[in-house]
Amino acid sequence: MSLTAPSKPSTRAARPSLRRRFLRLAERATSPLLPADYLDLFDPLRPGADLRGRIVAVHPETADAATIVIRPGADWAGHVPGQYVRVGVDVDGIRQWRAYSLTHGPRADGNISITVKAVPDGLVSTHLVRESRPGTLVHLEQAQGEFVLPTDGGKFLFVTAGSGVTPVIGMLRNLFPVADDGVVRLARSAAYDIVVVHVAPSEPHSIFIDNLRALDDAGLIRLVARYDDEHGVLDVADLETLVPDLHDRATLACGPGGLLDALQRHHDERGLDLLTEQFRATTLVVGEGGTVDFTGSGTTVDADGATPILDAAEAAGVLMPSGCRMGICFGCVLPLREGAVRDLRTGAVTTATPGETEGQGVPIQTCISAAAGACVIDH
Amino acid sequence: MTVLQKKSHNPIGHLTPEDVEQIGVELDAIRQSVIDTRGADDAAYIRKVIATQRKLELGSRAVLLVSMFPPAWVVGTAGLAVAKIIENMEIGHNVMHGQWDWMRDPKIHSTTWEWDNASPSEQWKHSHNELHHTYTNVIGKDNDLGYGIMRVDEDQRWVPLYAAQPVWNFVNACFFEYGIAAYDLELGKNLATKERRQDPDFRARAKVTLKKIRNQMTKDYVIHPLLSGPSFLNTLAANATANLIRNLWTHSVIMCGHFPEGVETFERRSIVGETRGEWYLRQMLGSANISGSKAMHFMTGNLSFQIEHHLFPDLPSNRYQEIAPQVQDLFRRYGLTYTTGSLPRQVASAWKKVIRLSLPNDFLGRNKGASVTDLPTSETAREHAAA
Repeated sequence: MSLTAPSKPSTRAARPSLRRRFLRLAERATSPLLPADYLDLFDPLRPGADLRGRIVAVHPETADAATIVIRPGADWAGHVPGQYVRVGVDVDGIRQWRAYSLTHGPRADGNISITVKAVPDGLVSTHLVRESRPGTLVHLEQAQGEFVLPTDGGKFLFVTAGSGVTPVIGMLRNLFPVADDGVVRLARSAAYDIVVVHVAPSEPHSIFIDNLRALDDAGLIRLVARYDDEHGVLDVADLETLVPDLHDRATLACGPGGLLDALQRHHDERGLDLLTEQFRATTLVVGEGGTVDFTGSGTTVDADGATPILDAAEAAGVLMPSGCRMGICFGCVLPLREGAVRDLRTGAVTTATPGETEGQGVPIQTCISAAAGACVIDH
Repeated sequence: MTVLQKKSHNPIGHLTPEDVEQIGVELDAIRQSVIDTRGADDAAYIRKVIATQRKLELGSRAVLLVSMFPPAWVVGTAGLAVAKIIENMEIGHNVMHGQWDWMRDPKIHSTTWEWDNASPSEQWKHSHNELHHTYTNVIGKDNDLGYGIMRVDEDQRWVPLYAAQPVWNFVNACFFEYGIAAYDLELGKNLATKERRQDPDFRARAKVTLKKIRNQMTKDYVIHPLLSGPSFLNTLAANATANLIRNLWTHSVIMCGHFPEGVETFERRSIVGETRGEWYLRQMLGSANISGSKAMHFMTGNLSFQIEHHLFPDLPSNRYQEIAPQVQDLFRRYGLTYTTGSLPRQVASAWKKVIRLSLPNDFLGRNKGASVTDLPTSETAREHAAA
């Protein structure tokens, strides 16, 4: 239930009780739905609504990247540059959730922005970059993430690869806002000494390279741009050459897992500070059969690729909800928190990646789904 | 009708087991073609229907705030009745079938939807999705055949209670939502013995149903009339009328699904070891469509495509119309009867059966019911059906 605005401590004692009574009346008038179900028709961004946002603009950044500016709902609690937001987008009618870094500091207009690079086979990123239009409603969660700059300044090295530049851009824009007549120098930003080592496959594929260059030209940061096609793939051992005072700096890195792992080893060996952020922690392996973990009972069941998860679980003594056992009644639906299953009737594979689903996972029909790799089911 | 297995002319006697499996393969292909093209347009459709229905309901209830003025009463009552019908049929029934689960929208999902009806959706999903859709028209397994209070097949044994079934049917139609709630609770069976009455599972389910009914009644017969102030009684009457219209309409549409002449029933034994092709065949012969306009299809929640719905209960309802010609063509090619007719005709046919079967089969020599002597050999027929 989400009709009320957060109660204000200053209101008199009688107010909440009146509001509560009004609320109960409204619920009784709309049963079995909730007042919110009707209010959402008219104002989906109102205080008290599930957190949503409306796309207000889409700005292309490179050939395959775009910045999406979103007006968040009234209950958006704000964010710290470097944090990310989980966004739920309907692609081909199906709700998909992904996490994207917020690429601005808090903005005067109250909007937030994410910058998305369309990756090959990237269902959501491709949709956002190519198909998203102003006016579209998206679903949001509050900003999260520990990948933020200390507020009291210092010497930092940012290592960013590909779209790993996005959280860093958010931090830099917050420190050094760009106005029409150039970069604004803020007193609070004077205490930051920043080097950015930015890695990209090639210069044209480099998101935000213009912003980084502008900051470099203005003398606010030092930019070391490394392009794979020009300089070869970055070897982390070269960092000491590229950044001579590496040992005086705290490193913040965002990029693919391989780079971050190498950087972690490199910094551990030298006793250097490192804070990393990785968007995709897990790669889903789709195969035939696999283990099925049931979170509630803690049971793990070995299921082959031809047996419905329902049958495999029952054979192993797990008490399962069930119905028609032929895929029509939806009485056996349980949330797949993580993993892949195959529809035994059609061969279609359904996957669930933590962080890319809503709530507990993707609801699946266990009576016609077989494990297609290791699965975690919320039951 | 008589169970198909006992008919002197077996309507599927000409099909070989290979034919039946081929029917299954062809129907699977039709199903897949819809799944392959299911997407943003379908999602937009159901969201639009839901938004429109809610606005219609809000608007109608707003008009009813001044229901003491007769035009407001008429407009508000009509609007509310239509809104309730859409909510129950095109939205509620279909969402609870999981037709929209693929969107992964937790607000439009079979596991979360609660409908504007006396029966709690959990219980409806069990008795309807699971029992009725799995055991469609199997005598003794599918309680939808007469809802346990009527005899709608010659092969259901006659008892004197059935003599009054035209009355039961009319009363049930007027209070259909409560009839459904009682049916989902299996009230007849569960109130029969003390042991069953005290079964904790039954008591828990009954409690949930009573709470739902209380909430429904509070909304329609207390809160909204109170909000109407001086129009209290008028709004009360309007809401009762809207519920009555909804009950009569849904009851009529649902009667047309399985009761009209031409629909086949099946023996309990015939579904032992049933293959997917055989299950499809039973759905094809066990359901009847209603022909009519687009608006009529919409107001029945596309249950006018009952055959398509029973073949593919989890496909989005807005797609049934599009696949109906392919399904009809399949019937034709395999020499099967696609039962359909206009709404008045099918309603009349269903009522005729309710009235006719209120009497024993051989009463006045009118009902040519089943008797063992009719059969060439019931075993052979059964094997045909099971083949």
